[in-house]
Amino acid sequence: MTTGNLSLDTFPKLLMHHSGERGERPAIREKSRGIWRTVTWRELAEEAAALAAAASARGLQRGAHVALLGDNRPRLYAAMCAAQWLGAIVVPLYQDATADEIASSIESAKVTHVFAENQEQVDKLLEILPRCPTVRCIVYDKDRGMRHYKQPELVSYASLLQQGRQLAAEKRDFLQAEAARGTGQDSAFVFFTSGTTGPAKGVVLTHASLIDRARVAAATESLKDTDVAMAYLPPGWIGQNLFSYVQPMVVGYCVCCPESSETMLADMREMGPTYFLATPRVLEALLTQVTMRMEDTGGFNQRLYRAGMAAAHRIDAGKTVSLSDRITAAACSLLIYGPLRDVLGMSNVRVAFTAGDAAAPALVTFFRALGINLKQLYGSTETGFFVAMQRDGQVKPDTVGPVADGVELKFTEQREILVRSPGMFKEYHRDPETTAQARNADGWFHTGDAGYLGDDGHLRIIDRIKYVGALNDGTAHSPKLLENKLKFIPYIKEAVAFGDGRDMVCALIDIDMAAVGRWADKRSISYTGHADLASQDEVYELIAEGIAKVNADLAQEPALAKSQIHRFVILHGELSPDDGVLTRTGKLRRGVIAERYRALVDAMYGGAKEVRIDVEAGHADIKVRDAEIIGHRQIRSAA
Amino acid sequence: MNISAILQSSQRAFPVGAPILELDSISLRFGGVKALTNISFNVLEHEVRAIIGPNGAGKSSMLNVINGVYVPQEGSITLRGERLAGMKPTDAAKLGIARTFQNIALFKGMSVLDNIMAGRNLRMHASFLEVALQLPRARREEAESREAVEEIIEFLEIEHIRKTPVSRLPYGLQKRVELGRALAAEPKILLLDEPMAGMNIEEKQDMCRFILDVNDHYGTTIVLIEHDMGVVMDISDRVVVLDYGKKIGDGTPEEVRSDQNVIDAYLGVPH
Repeated sequence: MTTGNLSLDTFPKLLMHHSGERGERPAIREKSRGIWRTVTWRELAEEAAALAAAASARGLQRGAHVALLGDNRPRLYAAMCAAQWLGAIVVPLYQDATADEIASSIESAKVTHVFAENQEQVDKLLEILPRCPTVRCIVYDKDRGMRHYKQPELVSYASLLQQGRQLAAEKRDFLQAEAARGTGQDSAFVFFTSGTTGPAKGVVLTHASLIDRARVAAATESLKDTDVAMAYLPPGWIGQNLFSYVQPMVVGYCVCCPESSETMLADMREMGPTYFLATPRVLEALLTQVTMRMEDTGGFNQRLYRAGMAAAHRIDAGKTVSLSDRITAAACSLLIYGPLRDVLGMSNVRVAFTAGDAAAPALVTFFRALGINLKQLYGSTETGFFVAMQRDGQVKPDTVGPVADGVELKFTEQREILVRSPGMFKEYHRDPETTAQARNADGWFHTGDAGYLGDDGHLRIIDRIKYVGALNDGTAHSPKLLENKLKFIPYIKEAVAFGDGRDMVCALIDIDMAAVGRWADKRSISYTGHADLASQDEVYELIAEGIAKVNADLAQEPALAKSQIHRFVILHGELSPDDGVLTRTGKLRRGVIAERYRALVDAMYGGAKEVRIDVEAGHADIKVRDAEIIGHRQIRSAA
Repeated sequence: MNISAILQSSQRAFPVGAPILELDSISLRFGGVKALTNISFNVLEHEVRAIIGPNGAGKSSMLNVINGVYVPQEGSITLRGERLAGMKPTDAAKLGIARTFQNIALFKGMSVLDNIMAGRNLRMHASFLEVALQLPRARREEAESREAVEEIIEFLEIEHIRKTPVSRLPYGLQKRVELGRALAAEPKILLLDEPMAGMNIEEKQDMCRFILDVNDHYGTTIVLIEHDMGVVMDISDRVVVLDYGKKIGDGTPEEVRSDQNVIDAYLGVPH
């Protein structure tokens, strides 16, 4: 562990430290052409130094901005460190961002150098080049299809590295000096946050704040250099960046890059990570897969699985545990959950976190019941990500755990969470006005989230403060809570609940195409595509059944009984970040959705049975259906 | 897709060169049926050459003649100046001619990886005994082949189905695997029999891109049969048009498109 060593205050210094300390240990593994290839800490340091030398020769200067555009690859991380070596600030972008999104980030940060993964990314960059005069150099990694590109800005990673290796020997002193010039207070990254409202903001974070947060997390979870993590989420997201760059730099553990997103599950199974980060979206997808597989399995397995699940839930809830529960849970762990964990590649997981969005308690409980130590983590880009985290042995599914070391919390009257932390961002890039609005003079940052601290010291998140509203009868309404309950149904991929300022709650449903498709296949329901399947009456019945269960669940809690979902429609197409209705990390952009699907929402509240809306190819007729509402009388009679 | 740019680019990595394959006055008969009558054309090195024509025009027969499946009664085939007489399919393969089939001919129960490895057959020289005993040469060849195959898998973007049995794959992907197997032989000339038949538009576009990439990246000369005129015109350097076993047109896509005989054959002539 390097904790406490004060001179190691920047990433290049940490990299050199690891190169000396554990030079032959793996820093990054990448599966390429079917084989896991290892980059050791020494090799990574040499590569970063060489790149830094070559980039410097190509005019990269201290304080300049370098954009990275690509998937998780060792070369991307080497480039990241090379830029910081020279005191440049790294701007990791989402690889699936559109050319326009990229252009606005590049323009705003005045990026001079870009590292792009492949031809696809280079094409986007060349398209926006006329609008981004600051870009002087584009480095591309994969040379496939690049033979015909003759633009003077372009240079291949391989040739840059080769130049760099020659230069590095001559410039050894210069490189040493450049690394030494950096301090913890220098800006390290600008993350363009997804922004559920308005345009993306560039959040500037320093080396010191990120390293501080990583050290705190590493100490809390006792991370070691033998730990293994997967790099599979977009590197433009701070969460992935922390887990695959910042924390490995602090702790010295190994990061594995899967071959492609399609092979992720298989690759993960091969590497057996011990430290794992997932977003609720990823977990929901895994849950759907597990549920589907379980439905395909035989009766005995299914019964055992259900019994074990129920027992594990009771055990995890901390209620008094009967002997039979213990026996069932142990038997299931041996017979079903062990193999299931293995299939999910989570056999070796010691610590797993879910972050990026609120996870439904049921979702967390499910994975915990499988025997995976999944915990919730709360934080945002601005607050250095680690604000509150659940601790081993005291995981309460409805909380995000106690605050992380060094973090102070305060609440406004509207229950907005204010945070003060050593991991705090430096500023919004070139936007002092917004910075001042978000963070007051005393350093308290307004998170925009509503929440409260329980007597047990655990933080509970309600929702984004601007989405917490009320029904017309005064019942508090938090859409997120309802949506998470809906999304727990394997056939529902995404749900959007409405209710603020209305008489009742209605919801837009986006079906999980894979799950519903499989369900339809089994029942010999024929369909041509997403839109067709989504409009089938049988599918409406399937979803209505699921919603009825959610309503029954809601009816159990007096505070939520009035939030039952009264009406719903199934969307004809998937909600996608490319249409601007989701952020790149998969969060709902409610404003955009309300606008885009206004006709549907109006129809739900207007009592229509069917509504016609315009889509790309003409128009679609979308059905509106009522869901079954569980009244108080019914509850009483059921009881 | 940047197809036209690649084709028009004078900076093609492998510029179209001298004739590599010449067919001279080929006639093929099955009993009294004349499948091909007096057909002559050539294929230039590194070009994409298409053979088109309506159903029953003799396209597949033509490909089978080049491939050595059928031996024509008349005419000659010359490969790089050397006349080939009485050639069998194995001979063709040894000379660097690989092919795919109109109705996919993969080993259905085997994985994608094994199927493509099978394409390396002629590149491996270890004897049965050497392989059985895992002697050094056999192991070295196996490793080399696997490396070559992995490169192809990456090239065709099928990493995620490497271990999947072929029978479980959708049609479009099976076609891609078959292309992979043909590529594994590192052919000089690649014969594609209707590579895009039965595909949807997206799959066709993907396949076009792969065909052009193969030509561009490996410099492989490509001879393809297709009856989708649009696709052919987009990706070919030159086109031969057959109808009822006879050649009715030959030239660049533009020339062929404006050729009255071709238009008549495709659209019909008023009688």
